[in-house]
Amino acid sequence: MTFSPDSKAARVPQQIPPSGIRKYFDLLLTMNDVISLGVGEPDFPVPWHVTEQAIYSLTKGYTSYTSNSGLLELRQAVSLWLHSLYGLLYDPEGEILITIGVSEALDLALRSLVNPGDEVVIPQPCYVSYVPCTTLAGGVPVSVATRPEHGFKLTPDALQQAISPRSKILLLNYPNNPTGATMTQDELLPIADLVERHDLVVISDEIYDRLTYEGDHCSFASLPGMKDRTILLNGFSKSHAMTGMRIGYAASNRTFIGLMTRIHQYTALCAPTTSQMAAIEGLRSGAPAVRKMVVEYDQRRRFFVDGLNAIGLPCPLPAGAFYAFPSITPTGLTSEQFSERLLLEQRVATIPGSVFGQSGEGHIRCAYATPVPNLRRALERMEEFIARLERRPARPSIAQRVG
Amino acid sequence: MLTERDLAILEMLEEDARVPPAEIAVRLGIQEAEVRAAIANMEKDRVIVKYKAKVNWEKADEHRLFAFIDVRVTPERNRGFDAVARRLHRFPEVHSLYLMSGDHDLTVVVQGRSLKEIAAFVSEKLAPLEGVQGTATHFVLKVYKDDGDILLEEEEDRRLAITP
Repeated sequence: MTFSPDSKAARVPQQIPPSGIRKYFDLLLTMNDVISLGVGEPDFPVPWHVTEQAIYSLTKGYTSYTSNSGLLELRQAVSLWLHSLYGLLYDPEGEILITIGVSEALDLALRSLVNPGDEVVIPQPCYVSYVPCTTLAGGVPVSVATRPEHGFKLTPDALQQAISPRSKILLLNYPNNPTGATMTQDELLPIADLVERHDLVVISDEIYDRLTYEGDHCSFASLPGMKDRTILLNGFSKSHAMTGMRIGYAASNRTFIGLMTRIHQYTALCAPTTSQMAAIEGLRSGAPAVRKMVVEYDQRRRFFVDGLNAIGLPCPLPAGAFYAFPSITPTGLTSEQFSERLLLEQRVATIPGSVFGQSGEGHIRCAYATPVPNLRRALERMEEFIARLERRPARPSIAQRVG
Repeated sequence: MLTERDLAILEMLEEDARVPPAEIAVRLGIQEAEVRAAIANMEKDRVIVKYKAKVNWEKADEHRLFAFIDVRVTPERNRGFDAVARRLHRFPEVHSLYLMSGDHDLTVVVQGRSLKEIAAFVSEKLAPLEGVQGTATHFVLKVYKDDGDILLEEEEDRRLAITP
């Protein structure tokens, strides 16, 4: 009898659609001289002090497992860090877990809380893994559209409408990927009221918390009564440009962190030791490098968004992360058509907003984590593209015509 | 007294002296006129001394050698090391000149087209100067980083072109 791998595959992962980003990635591999605004990670290298510490730890032979929760020294450093930034007090022993990036932490959090059929409320547009991870955990994703006229912030009205008796979790991500939206304490307080009233748990992915340009970040866990209800997720990928080191953490009450640790110990054992050593150094000496990156992103943000508006793609100034999320509706194209044609015709890579959920349609995500000269060239190419579109109204995309 | 904004402008110009005032204005979220005024002021006060290109002479295929020369000097009464320094800094061969702490007094960075030319400068011009007790010449063999700029090959962007 012939063996058919397909017949053996589990249904749930089979039914999850592949990431919409994949298509552009494959297309891009066949092209030269592309300016990419599609990269969701810093262009800065890891601060040298941090890299050097990682190398040093390797030469000293720190290459064995750490405790499941992560090095105590790192958990203590994270605890102090959260206290100094947000006044939050987490016990390094039992309330903090070091994870393989926020990606793992998110998966652990969902799997620790979701019973089959529980609803997870997800403001969209959102990071690409929130919905699939919810499904994998057996939960039911319920999306709430955030609107450009509200600056892509979650409004209490929109949240209220999405909440049902089966709602258990609200998944927040501010500063936001892909919109760059942030939420102030005043804007979060009514959300916290609803969370309390409907007895929800909040998973708050605050990976971009250091990248805000107009006022300091407010951590959801720091709102009155929210600390125990919140699983705070963060890491070093964006603040310290340590994406490939895969190091993050979760902080919450003992019950949630205990359950997450239990899954983590059987599935991952511990986060990479070298990366944990690097993260300690990042917290200890990384502040000047982080400050420098933020100043640079802020300048690029103004430069790039000013340019987008000038070439006819309306875009308010985003207050956080390193993404601009301009509207492309004036062109009459869908976001997929726009991104695909911009890539094929002008060799500028962007990501269609629809990849981040239906409410992202009509927008594209442009990461400005690339130096100003690149941004300038990208804007020039985009301007040519739009000028050409204006002369000739929307037509089928090249891929459609060729294929 | 420089403001935080002045410092931001300086840092941008130090990185790229050709960045236009209009762009600086956009990047800092201020008016172009303010940028022009701030730059004019700093030029007037010689906070900004000049604008020039950073050249990698090794690539230009032009033979230029640099040597760091430690110079021990007998200081002059009332004038210290300044008299010798003033005699030295006008030589076109002198690229930079520093008064140092430590076991010698002046460090002279000399630029020349050959070993011979630099050796001649040291033995004919520098060493015989009144007050100079002795010199030690160190030739630069390779420049890795100069004045904050790394001169090795540009590092490539190793990021995947598209990531979520």
